[in-house]
Amino acid sequence: MSEPLLKVENLHKSFGSLDVLKGIDLELGRGEKIALIGPSGCGKSTCLRCVNYLETPNRGHIYLDGELFGEKKVGDRHVHMSEKELARQRATIGMVFQGFYLWPHLTVRDNVAIAQIKVNGMARSEAYDLAGEVLRKVHMEHKSDEYPERLSGGQQQRVAIARALAQRPKLLLFDEPTSALDPELVGEVLNTIHELANEGRSMMLVTHEIAFAREVADRVIFMDDGGIAEQGPAKEVIDSPVNKRLKSFLGQMLERH
Amino acid sequence: MTLVEKIELYSLTLLKGAGFTIGITVITFCVAVALGLLFGAIKAFNAKRELSSLLSFTDAVLYLSGRLLVLLINVYVEVFRGLPALAVLFILYFGLAYAGLQLGSFAAAVLGLGLIGGAMLTEVFRAGFGSIHQGQREAALAVGMTPLDALRHIILPQTWRITLPPLANYAIGLLKDTAIVSAIAAPEIMFFARNLVTRTFDTEIIYLLVAVIYFCLSFPLARLADRFEARARAGVR
Ligand SMILES: Nc1ncnc2c1ncn2[C@@H]1O[C@H](COP(=O)(O)OP(=O)(O)OP(=O)(O)O)[C@@H](O)[C@H]1O
Ligand SMILES: [Mg+2]
Repeated sequence: MSEPLLKVENLHKSFGSLDVLKGIDLELGRGEKIALIGPSGCGKSTCLRCVNYLETPNRGHIYLDGELFGEKKVGDRHVHMSEKELARQRATIGMVFQGFYLWPHLTVRDNVAIAQIKVNGMARSEAYDLAGEVLRKVHMEHKSDEYPERLSGGQQQRVAIARALAQRPKLLLFDEPTSALDPELVGEVLNTIHELANEGRSMMLVTHEIAFAREVADRVIFMDDGGIAEQGPAKEVIDSPVNKRLKSFLGQMLERH
Repeated sequence: MTLVEKIELYSLTLLKGAGFTIGITVITFCVAVALGLLFGAIKAFNAKRELSSLLSFTDAVLYLSGRLLVLLINVYVEVFRGLPALAVLFILYFGLAYAGLQLGSFAAAVLGLGLIGGAMLTEVFRAGFGSIHQGQREAALAVGMTPLDALRHIILPQTWRITLPPLANYAIGLLKDTAIVSAIAAPEIMFFARNLVTRTFDTEIIYLLVAVIYFCLSFPLARLADRFEARARAGVR
């Protein structure tokens, strides 16, 4: 057995007195695609954000590629990394947000290339070649010189995906990438993600698109009340759920569509 | 002397002061922007947290020292907002001299007006940083920028659009406010004007010329401020 790409160990997170994650354990294999589903407020986003330390866990550890993430060991104690070390690790995980968050003062090309130029010290021409390559992948190369505000939501999200791809990430995180989109724009973004999945990339995806999760994910994890309530092969979990809350959750989701 | 000769003579004298006025304005502006940027950023990025969210001893120490810094900055802002500029200048120039530290009039002017401007611009920059959606910063962190990278490459460039209009207006106000540093014998426009008046009693001509010079200096700045404001209204870039 090769070691998993991502290992989440006993992850706890609270905001003030609100316990959001109450001990999450999960592993993601190389090339594996996991969909996180669950009712609103159950902690899906928080879990995803803890994986790249946008939220700092209260307890538990993250391992990426066998290496401790966001922390290091001093003797037998775990201490937080410096911002610089953390940034270097974060660069190996791509993240796509519900709200896109393209940078409005930069062109599409610069949105994709800036981190490579300013952080990795890549030559501008090389970074622009890379930007062209990943923008082609999401079918957005023709908009390279546009500013984000001139694009539709679906186009913006595909650029955001290209921005993550430019990191040459080991792992892609998606947090409800289509939830902010008009219904007619959802398809193009799902198609793009599907294409990436077919390339064998490792991803973790929070989504309310149950049919898409069933189709694309290898494994589905149902979160409820800060814990994992049920998990297994995607089709199994979605077609024949065991957990009562999962059953009613899936029922609600089907009704809505 | 004919009127024309007088105007020529007085103008030349007053223009000697204009160099000093411009010098003080430019340097004070830089000091105030530097202070405002630094303190504004500290205020904007040291948000309050619940004590129970502190993760470790180092986290707590970092957080609490950040909050202490914010407290000190707030005290500074309130103090310098409340004091008349003249009082600040007198304290720095005469007060410190009494305590054994004699600042030159230029140094005292730059320090005094700079501290007052810094207090004002702290709030301008804090509001500017605060207006940028948190997601902008998180997206920058997610691609591997450090918080400082994110500030430099992502947050600050977006902040200028919002902060440039108040900055330009501040520069105009500052240019005019430098007139009061003649009170601590700084050889700027008003200082020369007063000297000329006491020697010649040509009050009307001299102060009219003063007005013309200030107008010529502030008019271009006012146009610049208008352009910034139009751009800020127009949209994102
Ligand atoms: N920064 C924060 N401060 C305080 N509470 C927070 C914070 N972020 C999230 N929460 C709370 O934590 C809980 C879980 O939030 P989270 O965003 O992880 O849920 P979610 O499963 O992603 O929900 P949704 O499907 O609505 O996106 C919610 O009750 C939320 O209000
Ligand atoms: Mg969420």
